[in-house]
Amino acid sequence: MPDGLFIFFAALTLGAALLLVLSRNAVTSAMGMILALVGVAAEFFLLDAYFLGVLQVLVYAGAVMVLFLFIIMLLDTEDPQGAYPWKTAALGLATFFLLAAGVLWLFHWSGAVSAVKAGATPPELSVNPAEFTTAAKSFGRLLYTKYLLPLEIAGFLLLVALVGVVSLSKDNPETKA
Amino acid sequence: MENTSLAHHLILAGLLFVLGLTGVLMRRNLLVVYMCLELMLAAATLALVAFSRFNRTMDGAVLVFFVITVAAAEVAVGLALIVALFRKRGTVQSDALTTLRD
Repeated sequence: MPDGLFIFFAALTLGAALLLVLSRNAVTSAMGMILALVGVAAEFFLLDAYFLGVLQVLVYAGAVMVLFLFIIMLLDTEDPQGAYPWKTAALGLATFFLLAAGVLWLFHWSGAVSAVKAGATPPELSVNPAEFTTAAKSFGRLLYTKYLLPLEIAGFLLLVALVGVVSLSKDNPETKA
Repeated sequence: MENTSLAHHLILAGLLFVLGLTGVLMRRNLLVVYMCLELMLAAATLALVAFSRFNRTMDGAVLVFFVITVAAAEVAVGLALIVALFRKRGTVQSDALTTLRD
């Protein structure tokens, strides 16, 4: 039996995700998304990844979701109300239950995960081992040594996204319909 | 922590991912579809952190760092695209955007 905090935050995350998927109001969906992301951040804390938990709350629940709420309220779209068309509902239910059963089988009943020895570093990762720590310092050390090239690429990606967004949102009279 | 195993976290991450996928398939509002995509990314990061913790290596956690970076950039570009679409067509319902089909 897993401990109470895990159960609580797992239920919170899944419930909020359900709210996100099912609510017909986009603002309610966004609220569910924020709650789900906070739940994921709490699971990060339970996994001793404190730095990532804080980062998740700051970047996702803070910046990204505020951006989402801005756009939702700016566009002020209305969703069709009432029940889902039966085709959509059937597709959604079938997808959810088939894949959820698959997830439970793969991670629980097939026994593949529990056969993996806990705490053993797989041989692929033991070439250049980076011991798991809770300190934010170990992130910085890895980012500037082993993962320097991905870090540079991520920085470049942010620049490209910045330029792209500016050119997308510029009012260009030639492309007006 | 003592009583939770890797399988518990993977099941949670898997269910979260499946919920996100269901939302992407069911919903017609592009903004909500986009949030469901973000939910799938969050589920993937949860699985990465769980593997990282239980294998006692830092690599998965560092990968999560990059996933968050890419997701933030992706959200900015995607929302700009949706706003541009709304300005041109006046809707964000995906079943109203059938110009290529008709």
